[in-house]
Amino acid sequence: MAAKTIHAIYTDDDVLLEAVKRTRAAKYHIKEVFTPFPVHGLDAAIGLAPTRIAIAAFIYGCIGLVVAIWMMNYMMIVDWPQNIGGKPSFSFTQNMPAFIPIMFELTVFFSGHLMVVTFYLRSRLWPYKKAENPDLRTTDDHFLMEVEFDGDERELRELLLDTGAVEVNINQK
Amino acid sequence: MYVFSNRLKIASFVLMALGIIGLASGFLTVPKTVDEAKAIVASQQGGHGESHGEAILDELGVPKSVQNTEEAHGAEHDLHVLHQLQSRPWSATMVAAFFFMMIALGALVFYAIQYASQAGWSPVLYRVIEGVTAYLLPGSIIVLLIVVFAGTHFYPWQDKELVAGDQILQDKAVYLNFPFFVIRALILVVGWNLYRYFSRRNALLQADAVGYKPYKENFKISVIFLLFFLVTEAPMAWDWFMSMTPHWYSTMFAWYIFASMFVTGITVVALVTIYLKGKGLLPMVNDRHLHDLGLYMFAFSIFWTYIWFGQFMLIWYANIPEEVTYFVMRIQEYNGLFFGMLVLNFVFPILVLMNSDYKRIPWFVVTTGIMILIGHYIDVFQLVMPSTVGPYWQFGIPEIAAICFFSGLFVFVVGTALAKVPLRVKGDPFIKESENYHY
Repeated sequence: MAAKTIHAIYTDDDVLLEAVKRTRAAKYHIKEVFTPFPVHGLDAAIGLAPTRIAIAAFIYGCIGLVVAIWMMNYMMIVDWPQNIGGKPSFSFTQNMPAFIPIMFELTVFFSGHLMVVTFYLRSRLWPYKKAENPDLRTTDDHFLMEVEFDGDERELRELLLDTGAVEVNINQK
Repeated sequence: MYVFSNRLKIASFVLMALGIIGLASGFLTVPKTVDEAKAIVASQQGGHGESHGEAILDELGVPKSVQNTEEAHGAEHDLHVLHQLQSRPWSATMVAAFFFMMIALGALVFYAIQYASQAGWSPVLYRVIEGVTAYLLPGSIIVLLIVVFAGTHFYPWQDKELVAGDQILQDKAVYLNFPFFVIRALILVVGWNLYRYFSRRNALLQADAVGYKPYKENFKISVIFLLFFLVTEAPMAWDWFMSMTPHWYSTMFAWYIFASMFVTGITVVALVTIYLKGKGLLPMVNDRHLHDLGLYMFAFSIFWTYIWFGQFMLIWYANIPEEVTYFVMRIQEYNGLFFGMLVLNFVFPILVLMNSDYKRIPWFVVTTGIMILIGHYIDVFQLVMPSTVGPYWQFGIPEIAAICFFSGLFVFVVGTALAKVPLRVKGDPFIKESENYHY
């Protein structure tokens, strides 16, 4: 099995994207890529499965909508009906236009916040988590591609340098 | 290069001919006397019931004593009904004429925004958008003629006797008077068409130009046009639509019409793009461009709903008698259409176009696009009809004929314009970025 990894460092996102495609075309397995900002199309280039966060967001939004409907019905109709602007709150449907802003806001609120929480959990991020970046420069202006390899490293090193890597380091494990 | 096929040309002529016949019969069969009007209303009663009677007056909080005097003025009421029935073919023509004009105008604004923001994704679509905006010239001239000659069919403030007895209309006469009205209409129609003429000319010059002089000029006039448009669009909405009910006003109204205009314009651009791509004439347009057009349709459908609801909820909640009249008429007499258009314009696009992948499936976009177009036709119908014909609306020969005539004219003008020049955009500084567009 692949025991060793090689770190190739790039300074441009377009060069990195091209290098990822070429490395994969040469049948090497890319273990991870570290970038200082999201690079469009990188997930597809590495071959990651499409994200399911959109589906999660839709479900969270629906939950928010239901919570808002339940909440407004309980507060304004069931628990403490008031007569606001000549519109007595005895019926949810007749007072609904006034509740739509709240329904909208809670839909967005649930969708947004739960999506962030989901993202952190899926990425295994939590407070006081130690950074996994192999190289601190990936938080600034460098891009790092981690490639697994067996046996001879020379061929891979040449390939990586050819794709525009500014630095190639072997990482013995 | 697109060829405007003879079959389509003949179809558009047939539509126009049918439309003219239908409209002519609509204008000729309007009741001329009070008795004829009464007969028509009596035959309609089954459909719309007695809702125009006491129920509304009670609902509006009109005291019984006033209602009784209203009945004493029965003859006056009959005259009013006659007038509303006579306004129907005018209104039917206006709805369809404005609907197709606003498609061209919305597309033109979209086009100007692409230039002003120096968008990199859209230049491949420029010839298509220019094809759609070609309809602006005939469309806006027809609408101009309608609003100028409609007189009291649309605009009660042009009725001198009415104004003489109405303090509010007298106060508004500084703005709402006929000469100023015509001047404003002329200024806006001329201004929009000038931009359309010069931007198209520059865009075509750029194809063979050395350097980017025409492009830079287009950038400048696009910025100026957007400023001009934002200033003139509001008087357009007030003059042509809001002044049909001259006592009522809403500060959201201009935005509301703009939202309608913009979303229909983009929808038609998307539909024409899909049609031409289906014929294999737009090889440089890929599914990412389609995705972005779908995104705009989705976003501006929500924007329209936001404005619609913003206007509705404030008036509904405040419940001030002189403000709610607008919605009382629409909810009581046009209930199905009024709420039905929300389904077409909001629920449908939001559910169908939410998923990113669906925006790239042409038939999904086409289906949603057709729903949006129907929804916004109803929207314009709602703007005009309740104010001009009140409860005596129908969807009959004049309305269908008007749609036939203007859709025929639209297809003819847009088809001719598209066939004039090659659809492949050349020379634009962003064309390479646009052809390689991905996100």
